[in-house]
Amino acid sequence: MVTNIAMDRPDLRLRDTGPVAVDVRGLTKRYGAMAAVKDVHFSVGQGEVFAFLGPNGAGKSTTIKMLCTLAHPTSGQATVAGFDVVSRAKAVRRHIGLVFQEQTLDDQLTAEENLRFHAVLYGVPHAQIDPRIARVLDLVALTDRRKDLVSTYSGGMARRLEIARGMLHTPKVLFLDEPTVGLDPQTRALMWEDVMRLRDEEGVTIFLTTHYMDEAEYADRIAIIDYGSIIALDTPDALKASVGADTVDLETADDETALAALKRDGYTVKRSEDGLTVFVADEEAAVGPIVTAVGVPVRTVRAHRPTLDDVFLHFTGREIREQHGEALPMFARAHGARRS
Amino acid sequence: MTTAASASPTAQVTVTDTRISDEIRVVGMVWERELIRYVRTRTRIVSGLVQPVLFLFVLGYGMSGLVGTTGGFNFREFVYPGVVAMSVVMTAMFSAMSIVWDREFGFLREMLVAPVSRTSLVLGKTAGGATVAAAQGTIMLVLAPLVGIHLTPLLVAEVISLELLMAVAMTTFGVFVASRIQKMESFQVVMQMLLMPMLFLSGALFPLNGLPGWLTVITRLNPLTYAVAPLRQVVFSAQNMSAAARARFPTKVTLFGYTLPMGLELAIVVVFALVFFVLAFRGLSRTE
Repeated sequence: MVTNIAMDRPDLRLRDTGPVAVDVRGLTKRYGAMAAVKDVHFSVGQGEVFAFLGPNGAGKSTTIKMLCTLAHPTSGQATVAGFDVVSRAKAVRRHIGLVFQEQTLDDQLTAEENLRFHAVLYGVPHAQIDPRIARVLDLVALTDRRKDLVSTYSGGMARRLEIARGMLHTPKVLFLDEPTVGLDPQTRALMWEDVMRLRDEEGVTIFLTTHYMDEAEYADRIAIIDYGSIIALDTPDALKASVGADTVDLETADDETALAALKRDGYTVKRSEDGLTVFVADEEAAVGPIVTAVGVPVRTVRAHRPTLDDVFLHFTGREIREQHGEALPMFARAHGARRS
Repeated sequence: MTTAASASPTAQVTVTDTRISDEIRVVGMVWERELIRYVRTRTRIVSGLVQPVLFLFVLGYGMSGLVGTTGGFNFREFVYPGVVAMSVVMTAMFSAMSIVWDREFGFLREMLVAPVSRTSLVLGKTAGGATVAAAQGTIMLVLAPLVGIHLTPLLVAEVISLELLMAVAMTTFGVFVASRIQKMESFQVVMQMLLMPMLFLSGALFPLNGLPGWLTVITRLNPLTYAVAPLRQVVFSAQNMSAAARARFPTKVTLFGYTLPMGLELAIVVVFALVFFVLAFRGLSRTE
């Protein structure tokens, strides 16, 4: 599903080859004594899907705001589409598309009118406006609803219209700030299809923030950000691999015999609380041979591949789910909401 | 870390400097949006009519008994230009204050992050609000015959011009106020505490002569005063009024004992409009 574009070693924070869409060096943002973003470095290649993953208040939105020229960096520098975000703010804005967390459509206008408004605001040449509107509506499959007032749209449709609008002026980079918050899983999947199509057909760089693990999976590379710093940056697969190998958990009739048998066959095995844990390269392929190798009856087998949740837990010592929603104390939530 | 990074403005080259033609298109687009929204919300057109009509007929008839008729001229005819002004002012304010809605529903952000100047946005908003308000005021002209006001083509043209000027001033004022309001709940309060006193103390509903000193000061500080007076002057000048009626229902505004000519009144309105424009621009610049 995720097509990894051919590029240099993705584990490098700064990409050294290929066109660069976003380049960030030592970016820092302080609000008074508190540093919302601390000395962040990374770069994103043209056509890449890049995810900022972290809990609310981690500095995702602040970073995106600086890249979109909506907030001034305290120090450090960043270029977007080749333009400095401070000295060439207007040029940056012309070359980026923005989809905010909250809806920013005029629901008393039709989809087409919203798009036309945007096209004029972003200086799309007159002759290109109509074809471009038709094109982006087609990309998000809203062509037949173009004459309808946005007030009649569902949340998912409105979100897709916003993505279409963000693409209208052929930006180099499309910023999506928590694009799927409040959407049901089906709509989210649909939206992701749209986004991937945009990337493939228009070659746009997608820069998104999210606190949904499963969503970050769509990205070519993920930066995990916590307390204003990037604590890990790599492809989803590499991040998972860095947490540890796949494992197969076994419960057998005779763990001692099984342990000895597996060790003899060269497996890395460890006694766990209720059985054995075998470390393997690929859990799916390993289950069969392991069960054969133990030589004693097997009661249960559980294969496990690290998820991004494990990755987050590994790097931060916390689960990301604790960081948002109901589990968060009232004060912290209000604080996070203001920051976002 | 060797870098090819910062030096690659990828492929596409776009003119990034502000072009006047682009900015004019933006003004036109923001203006058009105001019009679309106005035409689309018929309830707003109707409700914008109800209150002035209420004032014209209910207050008009109610007060006529008290004020009586002077030289064939009654209170309804006096209050008519004021009520036209009222409908213009309320529509202009309402239109400008829709910025509060835009903020609430996020659309303001869509406008503010666009690579256009704030000036274009405020200009477009002002032009839109002014057009809509003048249109609403012009609809009020159909009521003129019902209260015995004679309309001539010249008068209609004069009234529409004055409505536009008044609407521009009030829209910029409204945008300025709206830019300072963060919450939708505050909107009603502001409308009640600002708009109603401004209307009542503008001479729209009663003559401004013979008021106590402190009240006179407030009326002279009120920008609307200088917009209502010219409107009434042009309407009255087209009527066949006796000298007694003209004395009874004065239209001129005096400042420090000096009777202002209409040109000066209009100039004052223009100055207010410019000041409000700058304040509105500043208010919006503060937002993000």
